[in-house]
Amino acid sequence: MGIEGVGARVARKEDKRFITGGGRYVDDMVVPGMKHAVFVRSPHAHAQIKKIDVKKAQAMPGVVGVLTGKELKADGIGNLICGWMIHSKDGTPMKMGAWSPLAVDKVRYVGDAVVIVVADTKGQARDAAEAVEITYKELKAVVDATKAIQPGAPQIHGEAENNLIFDWELGDAKATDAAIKSAAHVTRMKIVNNRLVPNAMEPRAALGHYDKAEDHYTCWTTSQNPHLARLVMSAFYNVAPENKLRVIAPDVGGGFGSKIYIYPEEIVCLWASKKTGVPVKWVADRTESFLSDAHGRDHVSTVEMAFDKDNRITGLKVDTIANLGAYMSLFSSCVPTYLYATLLSGQYDIPAIHANVRTVYTNTAPVDAYRGAGRPEATYVLERMMETAARELGVSPAELRRRNFITSFPHQTPVIMNYDAGDYNTSLDAAMKAADYAGFTKRRADAAKQGKLRGIGMSCYIEACGLAPSAAVGSLGAGVGLWESAEVRVNAVGTIEVLTGSHSHGQGHETTFAQLVTQRFGVPIDSVSIVHGDTDKVQMGMGTYGSRSGAVGMSAIAKALDKVEAKAKKIAAHLLEADEGDIVIENGEVKVAGTDKSLPWLQVALASYTAHNLPAGMEPGLKETAFYDPSNFTFPAGCYICEVEIDPETGLTEIVQFVAADDFGNIINPMIVEGQVHGGIAQGVGQALLEGAYYDGNGQLLTASYMDYTMPRAADLPSFKISTSNTPCPGNPLGIKGCGEAGAIGSPPAVINAITDALGVVDIAMPASPATVWAAIRATKH
Amino acid sequence: MYSVNYHRASSVADAAKQLKNGDAKLLSGGMTLIPAMKTRLAAPSDLVDVSRLKELQGVKVSGKTVTIGAATTHYDVSTDEKLKKACPALAHLASLIGDPAVRYKGTIGGSIANNDPAADYPAALLALGATIVTNKREIAAEKFFKGLFETALKEGEIITAVTFTAPAKAAYQKFRNPASRYAIVGVFVTKGKDGVRAAVTGAGEDGVFRSKEIEAALAKNFDASALDALKVSAKGLMGDLHASADYRANLIAVMAKRAVAAANA
Repeated sequence: MGIEGVGARVARKEDKRFITGGGRYVDDMVVPGMKHAVFVRSPHAHAQIKKIDVKKAQAMPGVVGVLTGKELKADGIGNLICGWMIHSKDGTPMKMGAWSPLAVDKVRYVGDAVVIVVADTKGQARDAAEAVEITYKELKAVVDATKAIQPGAPQIHGEAENNLIFDWELGDAKATDAAIKSAAHVTRMKIVNNRLVPNAMEPRAALGHYDKAEDHYTCWTTSQNPHLARLVMSAFYNVAPENKLRVIAPDVGGGFGSKIYIYPEEIVCLWASKKTGVPVKWVADRTESFLSDAHGRDHVSTVEMAFDKDNRITGLKVDTIANLGAYMSLFSSCVPTYLYATLLSGQYDIPAIHANVRTVYTNTAPVDAYRGAGRPEATYVLERMMETAARELGVSPAELRRRNFITSFPHQTPVIMNYDAGDYNTSLDAAMKAADYAGFTKRRADAAKQGKLRGIGMSCYIEACGLAPSAAVGSLGAGVGLWESAEVRVNAVGTIEVLTGSHSHGQGHETTFAQLVTQRFGVPIDSVSIVHGDTDKVQMGMGTYGSRSGAVGMSAIAKALDKVEAKAKKIAAHLLEADEGDIVIENGEVKVAGTDKSLPWLQVALASYTAHNLPAGMEPGLKETAFYDPSNFTFPAGCYICEVEIDPETGLTEIVQFVAADDFGNIINPMIVEGQVHGGIAQGVGQALLEGAYYDGNGQLLTASYMDYTMPRAADLPSFKISTSNTPCPGNPLGIKGCGEAGAIGSPPAVINAITDALGVVDIAMPASPATVWAAIRATKH
Repeated sequence: MYSVNYHRASSVADAAKQLKNGDAKLLSGGMTLIPAMKTRLAAPSDLVDVSRLKELQGVKVSGKTVTIGAATTHYDVSTDEKLKKACPALAHLASLIGDPAVRYKGTIGGSIANNDPAADYPAALLALGATIVTNKREIAAEKFFKGLFETALKEGEIITAVTFTAPAKAAYQKFRNPASRYAIVGVFVTKGKDGVRAAVTGAGEDGVFRSKEIEAALAKNFDASALDALKVSAKGLMGDLHASADYRANLIAVMAKRAVAAANA
C-alpha cells in the first residue's frame, strides 16, 4: 500500500469542490433560453379527472406552455414501467396498472403529476399553475396495504383486482410447514417495517433540452444511473432514440435508491422542451420531494420460526404484505421478492424456508428501493425473531445465534443464494468485545439506580451486494443485465482518465477509483481523473446502487487496467529489448526486473501514441475497455450491538453505545468505508427511532416537511465503535464485498432489540418515538 | 412566494404609518412569516421590516425590572449578562429556541406576536406576569395571549418591548418535538412576591395556559416533591402525530417537576 494506493486513507478528491460551493448540480445548469417548469399535482389521493381548463393559465404573464397528459399521449409518449417481471405462484404475470407521466383520467395519490406549466421564471410558472382549473370527482382512498386487499376496498387500477399486484412465493412450503409442526418450539410474531421517505439532500431535478437544428435531446437529471435512464426513456417511453438522447447526471447530492428510477418529471421536461421549443428546467421543492420521491419499506409480515430441542432452527415461514403505492416504480417488484426473501436465511443454517409475498396498490407515493432495499426488511424480520426466540427459549441471544451460524462455505441456502465466504463468529466476537457485553449487567444496575432503563440488543446481518450476475437476474425476471463497464485512457503524457458506468452521488468514487489506478501504475493520484455520469462520454453502464460500485464497477476497471498493463509491458519490453515477462510497473516506472533498466511511465505512454517504434503489428494508443459481469452476488455481513438508556418518565431513548463489526472483504479506502458505515447507521437509527411516513385515511401525507418528519441529527447519535474484519470475496478480482448499505440494514433490529430488552416487552413499533416508548411503558404498568 | 413590497421602517412611528399600506405585515426575524410566504401560505402585499430599529433592541435591567426590546434576537437574550444575573431562566429559555440560525434572526417580539401554541416565550411571559408594551398601550401577558396564533394586538399595533419584575426563582424545562424541535410540552415556573406561577406551552388546545393545579401544589411547598402526586388531566390538551393528549398530560407533570428542581438548584 502506498500513501495513495489501495488501503490508504486518502482524503476525498471531490470534497474540495463540494465544501467550497463548487459542486455543479442540475439546478446549477444554465442553457441559453432556458425556462422553468412547475407541475400541477393532485391534491386528492384518489379521484377522477373530469375536466382540465388551462386557458386562464396560458394567458398569465411569462407563460410559454401549459401541457396536459392528453397532449403527451397524443405525441406517443409511453407509460412508465416496472422493469422486473414477477409471476404470481399461479403463473400469471404481475398486474401492472398504467402510469402515465401526466395523469389523464384518474389520479391515484397526492402528488400525482397532472399538468406541466412552463414560464420565464419559476414564480410565473407557480402563479400560472395556480390558475390551472382541474375538476375532480373524488373517490374513496386506501393507504394501508392490509386494508387495500380486503374485498370492497377502493379499486385503484382496473388491471389489479383487489389491488393485488402479485401473490408470489419462494422456498418449500411443505417442508417448512412440516418443520413447524414437528418443532420443539415455535416463535411467532407480526412484524411491521415502517414506511420511510429517502430525503436526499439534493431534491430531484431535470433539465430537458431539445435542439431542433440537431434533432437531438439532452437531459440533465439527478440520476444514479444515467445510461439506464437513457435506455428506458428510449426503449419504453418513446422520448427519443438512444443515439439522439444524451443523459447527464452531474454532481448529485445523495440518492439512497430514490434516484435510480425514471420519474415522470424528466420525461415530461424533455417532451415539453420539444413541444415549447425552449429548454425546460424543473427542480423539486422539499415538499414535492416528500410527496413524489419513491418511498421505502412499508411491509407487514407474519412470521413463524421453528426450533428443535437443541435450539437449532428447523424452519422459517414468512408471509409478507408489501405496499407498492399507487404505481409500480421501476424496480418496485424485485425489492420485496428477490432482494428480500432470498436473504431470509440470514447468517443461519436453516433447512426449510418459505416466503409468501403479496404486493399491493394503495393511494400513496410509489415505493421502491431505499438504502438496503429488501435486505433491511429481511434482516429486521430475522433478527427480531432471533431475539424474541432467545428470550422465549431462555438462552442468550448471542448463543442462539452462534448455535445456528453457517460455518462452512460455500453454503447453499434454501432461498436461491449461495454464500461464497464469511466468518460470522469473528464479527460476533469482535462486536461483543467492543461492546463490553459482559459488563452490561452492571451497567444496567447502575442505570436503574439513576431511574433509567437500560437495554442491549444485537443484530447479525447479511446482505447480498455487488448486484449482480446478469444471467442470474435475467432468469429471475430482470429486464436488464447488471454488469459494469470501464474504459481506461492513458494519455500521451501518461496521465490517466477512467471512464466508468458507476455513478458517484456521495460515495467518493473520484478518490477510490483513482486509488486503484495509482496502486497499479504508481502514478500520483492527481494524475488520474474519473469520468462518469454522461452518456456521451461513457459508452454504457448500469449505475450505482446495491453496493455494486466497488465489487462490480471497480472490477471492470481492474479488468481494463489488466489490458492496459499488458500492452504497456509489451511496448516497454520492445523499447528496453527485454522479455515481456520481466517487465514490472511500479512507482511510475516501467522496469526490467533485476536490472537497472527502466523507462518512466510517461515515456511508454508517449511511445504508444507517437507510434514511431512499436512492436510489429501493434495498434497505436493506450486505451482499453472492459465489461465485467459478476459471477455471484457478494455477501457482506457483520454484527451490530446497540445499548440504550430510556427515561421512563418521558419515554426518551438515548443510544449510549453503538458497535458495528463488519466484514466487507478487501477495503480500498478505510476512511470512506467508515463514512459509509456512519451514514448507514444514522439512517438505520433514523428508521428505528425517528423516521416514519404517515398518511391519514384520506391519503394526505401528514409528514410532508421537516416540521413533522424527523431526520436523524448528530446529537441523536453516539460516537460509533466500528471495526472491520476481512474475509476477501472470492467472486471478484479485488476481493471486495461492498459497504454502502450495511449500516442501514444491520442497525434497526439492534436498536429495537435493545429497546424491547430495556422495557421488557416483546415488540414496539418503529419509529420508537418518545411517545411510543412512553405508551409501551404505561401499558406494562396496567 | 408572491411578489411583495418591502419597506425598511425608519422608526416605530414610520412602521405604524407603513402598516396602513394594503395588506401589510410587520416583519421582524421572519422565522415564521418568510417560510409561510415561500410556501404561499401567507401573501401580504407589503412587508414592514422593524428588525433593525435601534429603539426596539436590547435588554435593560434596572433593579428587579427587566425590559427587553421587541426586536432583540433570541441569541442576544440568551447571552445578555445582565439578564443572566436577573433572570437566568429566561436567558436559558432563549438558548433552547430553534437552532443557531433561528436564534440569530428570530426576535422575542416576533415570537409573541405570532403566538405559536408550541413557542417558548409565551410560557415565560405568562409565568413571569410580564407586561407587553406596544406603540399604543401596555397589555398584561394574561390578557395578551388569546388562543392559537391569536393575541390582543389590534390592527396596526406594534410591540415595542416586554417588561417584567425578575422573580426570586424561575426555571424552564421543555420536551422537544423530535422533528420540529418546538415544545411538545414546555413548563415555565416562577416564585416571586406574587406567589407561584406555572405556565405551559405546546400542550393546550387553546395555546399557552397557566396550570392552576401545579400552582396550587407548589404554593404550599415550592419543591419538586410537592408534585409527586400530581395527576394532570388530558382534557383540553392537544393530540397529534407526535404526542397524544395523555402523553402531553404526563409530560406537563414531568417537566413541571424538573423545572421546580432546576429553579431550586
